[in-house]
Amino acid sequence: MADEQTRFDPAQATPFLTARSHNGWLGLSYRDHGEDWAELELPWREDLLGEDGREVLASGPIISLMDMASGLAIWTRMGQFRAIATLDLRVDYTRPARGRSSVFGRAQCYRLTRSAAFVRGIAHDGDPDDPVAHMQAVFMSIDARSDPRSAELPGG
Amino acid sequence: MADPRDIEIVTPYARSLGIALDRWEGDTPVLRVEFSDSVQGRPGALHGGAISGLLETAGYGALRAELARGEREAQMKPINITVQFLRSGKTRPSFARARIVKLGRRTANISVEAWQDDEAKPIASAVMNILMVDADAAA
Repeated sequence: MADEQTRFDPAQATPFLTARSHNGWLGLSYRDHGEDWAELELPWREDLLGEDGREVLASGPIISLMDMASGLAIWTRMGQFRAIATLDLRVDYTRPARGRSSVFGRAQCYRLTRSAAFVRGIAHDGDPDDPVAHMQAVFMSIDARSDPRSAELPGG
Repeated sequence: MADPRDIEIVTPYARSLGIALDRWEGDTPVLRVEFSDSVQGRPGALHGGAISGLLETAGYGALRAELARGEREAQMKPINITVQFLRSGKTRPSFARARIVKLGRRTANISVEAWQDDEAKPIASAVMNILMVDADAAA
């Protein structure tokens, strides 16, 4: 168990993890977290639309949002950053997001074993009680040496 | 009959991510994305979300082509998607192609695979259910 000084903090880690690459391209940012959950914001952007002429985000970015929120939820529950890989991820789109609205992704790691992390979550556009999507995913731990980000992060 | 190959396969999101139509294999579009910073996840590897975006674009593309062949105009809405991540995606171009498993009046079930060098070694697969709302019923 990591002590409080080095414990993984999603508020501090998110800017590192979203500074570049795909998560940076999407513009994901930290919103909130608890002991076993984290929430990120995906801002609305014209070039992320799912269809010409409709002002609704494509479903692809919502998968990326939920994948990253899941990672943060897992590291928060672990108390440290460890290399993980998504094994399986399912999204049910329960209703379209409102036009020109940010989408928020909240994921909870409800079970952690030595090798697997089980996550569930929702995406919403302002009201967490009225989600636009539900998500369920499983992640596996992988060799930490395969992830150079481990060295950069507090608690890594 | 309209040539289904004239239809728009790549959405604004997919275009912005660098996803493009690589080729047609018979009636099915094969989508491609080059490795770049915008699809990178952990350093040197493809991001799972970007792979999902490629899979999804191939799924919608195949369905749109099939609808165009039937001269049917429908708005496609996602019901769900389940993605299996099978291998780590390397810093190489990736491809995806979909198969329409079942085309109903209201829903379509689509199976998609993505690969890099070797089609027999997929990096990810997905199953998608898509709701189709006919243009005249959508108003």
